[in-house]
Amino acid sequence: MKITCEEASHICNKSQYKEASAWEILKLRLHNFYCKNCARHTKRNQTLTSLCNRANLQVLSENEKEVMKKDLEERL
Amino acid sequence: MAENELHPENWVDRYADYLFNYAVARISDVEIAKDLVQETFYAGLNSAKNYKGDAAERTWLVAILKRKVIDHYRKINSNKGKAEVRINYSSDSDSDGDWLEEQVADPFSQDGDFVLENEELGMAIQECISKLPKKQSQVFTMKTMQGMSTEDICNELGINPSNLWVMIHRARTALMGCLNENWF
Repeated sequence: MKITCEEASHICNKSQYKEASAWEILKLRLHNFYCKNCARHTKRNQTLTSLCNRANLQVLSENEKEVMKKDLEERL
Repeated sequence: MAENELHPENWVDRYADYLFNYAVARISDVEIAKDLVQETFYAGLNSAKNYKGDAAERTWLVAILKRKVIDHYRKINSNKGKAEVRINYSSDSDSDGDWLEEQVADPFSQDGDFVLENEELGMAIQECISKLPKKQSQVFTMKTMQGMSTEDICNELGINPSNLWVMIHRARTALMGCLNENWF
């Protein structure tokens, strides 16, 4: 049942992308119960996720950027 | 003030996403926003000789993009009839709320604040991401913004899942630190 801080942070990262299993999340919660550092990190990590969602960032795909770059280089 | 120089060969990598978000926030049409970013780069190249170096490269490009956005709105509004005010039902929806009274701005609405704040937040995140090492920012963006699966990213970049999670971890930790002062 017991996990290290490293494992805890790995599970925490995975859970930000909904890729952690229920069992892993249970282990993380238990770890956070006695490890205040990881508990704090988990909280901040969740905040980061919600900030990213709220910002609704748009990105150009790598392909689109490649096209842009080529276009620009031709004009250099 | 430190002298700034232009490096057009790095523009796309460094500023494309930042400018793109700036444009999308104002145009809300992804395709047009993309075109405007492209045009901004062209215009930047053409007027590179006028760059005096007293603004940072990005600030300078944003200023150009700002003009492009204004020009875009001028163009679509100059077509005859576009300025006509329609005092009628909302024509393009059958849904509830197409009576005029229902479309009056809600004085208690905080949507505007939210929109502004989220835009600011978006630019702040974008800025922090651009400070990350290239590989990290790539992995983080693919995973978080494009919502790609771990497997797809690994295939595309030729890395294994544990590499990916290490990069995600570093990127997220760096971002937390970078956004810390204002947003946590």
